[in-house]
Amino acid sequence: MRVTQGCFSFLPDLTDAQIRTQVQYCIDKGWAVNIEFTDDPHPRNTYWEMWGLPMFDVKDAAAIMLELDACRKVHGGRKYIRLSGFDSTHGWESVRISFMVGRPAEEPGFILIRNELGGQAIQYTLQARPLAGA
Amino acid sequence: MLDKKSPAGEKRSRYSAGVMEYREMGYWQPDYEPKDTDILAVFRVTPQDGVDPIEAAAAVAGESSTATWTVVWTDRLTACEKYRAKCYRVDPVPNAPGSYFAFIAYDLDLFEPGSIANLSASIIGNVFGFKPLKALRLEDMRFPVAYVKTFQGPATGIVVERERLDKFGRPLLGATVKPKLGLSGRNYGRVVYEALKGGLDFTKDDENINSQPFMHWRDRFLYCMEAVAKAEAATGEVKGTYLNVTAATMEDMYERAEFAKDLGSVIIMIDLVVGYTAIQSMAKWARKNDTILHLHRAGHSTYTRQKSHGVSFRVIAKWMRLAGVDHIHAGTVVGKLEGDPNNVRGYYDICREDYNPVALEHGIFFDQHWASLNKLMPVASGGIHAGQMHQLIDLLGEDCVLQFGGGTIGHPMGIEAGATANRVALEAIIFARNAGRDTHAEGPQILEEAAKNCLPLRQALDTWKDVTFDYSSTDTPDFVPTATAAQ
Repeated sequence: MRVTQGCFSFLPDLTDAQIRTQVQYCIDKGWAVNIEFTDDPHPRNTYWEMWGLPMFDVKDAAAIMLELDACRKVHGGRKYIRLSGFDSTHGWESVRISFMVGRPAEEPGFILIRNELGGQAIQYTLQARPLAGA
Repeated sequence: MLDKKSPAGEKRSRYSAGVMEYREMGYWQPDYEPKDTDILAVFRVTPQDGVDPIEAAAAVAGESSTATWTVVWTDRLTACEKYRAKCYRVDPVPNAPGSYFAFIAYDLDLFEPGSIANLSASIIGNVFGFKPLKALRLEDMRFPVAYVKTFQGPATGIVVERERLDKFGRPLLGATVKPKLGLSGRNYGRVVYEALKGGLDFTKDDENINSQPFMHWRDRFLYCMEAVAKAEAATGEVKGTYLNVTAATMEDMYERAEFAKDLGSVIIMIDLVVGYTAIQSMAKWARKNDTILHLHRAGHSTYTRQKSHGVSFRVIAKWMRLAGVDHIHAGTVVGKLEGDPNNVRGYYDICREDYNPVALEHGIFFDQHWASLNKLMPVASGGIHAGQMHQLIDLLGEDCVLQFGGGTIGHPMGIEAGATANRVALEAIIFARNAGRDTHAEGPQILEEAAKNCLPLRQALDTWKDVTFDYSSTDTPDFVPTATAAQ
């Protein structure tokens, strides 16, 4: 299966040149760019591991692409990697864009557990299947 | 401005028994400077033939505040000068002989804190049936920060809604399940599953889906949540379906909302026709129960659409932001339902900005500070399709929900394909916009390029390519962009 979190998961996987256009967009907006990775793609797993601190003052997309390369050297093909842009202006103070830039070679997906509560009601639990070699 | 004459110096005879003109009773005060703490309203007043516009405007101020038709001595037991609403300005409506904009200031003490029911009972209570007026329309209101702060505001707000859903940087995508009436719970859930698995973020009950013989509400909730859970497992995304909890009584609505929450739904829905008090109650429930609250504006066109009489939708949008819903249908511009582009821009600004400056060309008559009240997500729904994606994003921005009902479910290859077509079109346009392309001019080309990798989008573009709803709006702003600002 393909996890379709993030802004561009329904497009073909982005090339580095394409990623750079979105990074530049974030920089031009004044947003801090953050690289994160995880082996748990559960949709409510908010806190992916940070690859260093958010890059608050970087003016050049090339510097962020270098960091992304470094992250990929360690986690590429084994974990999920995403880029996000953080907007610190009043009234937002949150992520303004987030998209996948790396996936494990195989995406094992999720198990849906149905806990029957009696009657017709079911409590649903979603569990991410473990990634191979993560 | 008309007539600068003030009724000063009439004190001695003011309280003699009998009938007196409203303008002479203190409801017309052209020299009054509205206070920062006043609530302001502007009405479009169309007096009966022969009725002086100033007197008509003063009557509106009187009848929406302290006045009755005759002088009453009991006024003298009150600080009546303070409680009288004051009409401070009357302007002819541009290009509309016989109609006038009446600006009226109300003292804050006239209103109960935090109650839309109380506010609306004053401002649109008796006065709309007043015989000396042919027609009356409430165009806009300004609420002082002190009053705004007495309301909860949107239970969740755009920022936290996005954080909870883990969806950033693009409009959310939805679809209303069709046919809106007749599906059984089991079949209804099938539509929800296919649409969510195909790429939508939300599906939606329609306004009149409550609990009917063909599908009782519990059946719908159970099957819909099975569909939501399965779609989450298939995609790894948070998914939602607006379970409509509209019902005959508050007790029924709470029961339905609780069941939705127990089944794990992130969102519930109500119709505008449940009334302002019920809306505020559900907004409180939604905040207490970490649930997003969608409002379908069922019924609003009965009083918002005609320019001469009723209440402008911009006022309803302001009331609903105060009342505390998280989503509100606010127009598509390009779809099948009424919505002049300039007015719709005004509604979206009211929902999403922390400060609205006067913008007469967008129908906004007053500066409005929202004092960090949560933002309200506008929803564009009704007669839109994937081929319009560039126009929708250009007109409406990214903080909105785009709902394609027929434009998802009517796809020739099925619901999942329809959903995928919309999601691919959306992501392609957002990507291109961010990458610096002119999506307004190049939109159709960007969609064609995206369709090369996506057969469902190719089919959607071919099916609906020429569908537009190009009719002139009945409700349009009265001012062109060069007009000077009202005070």
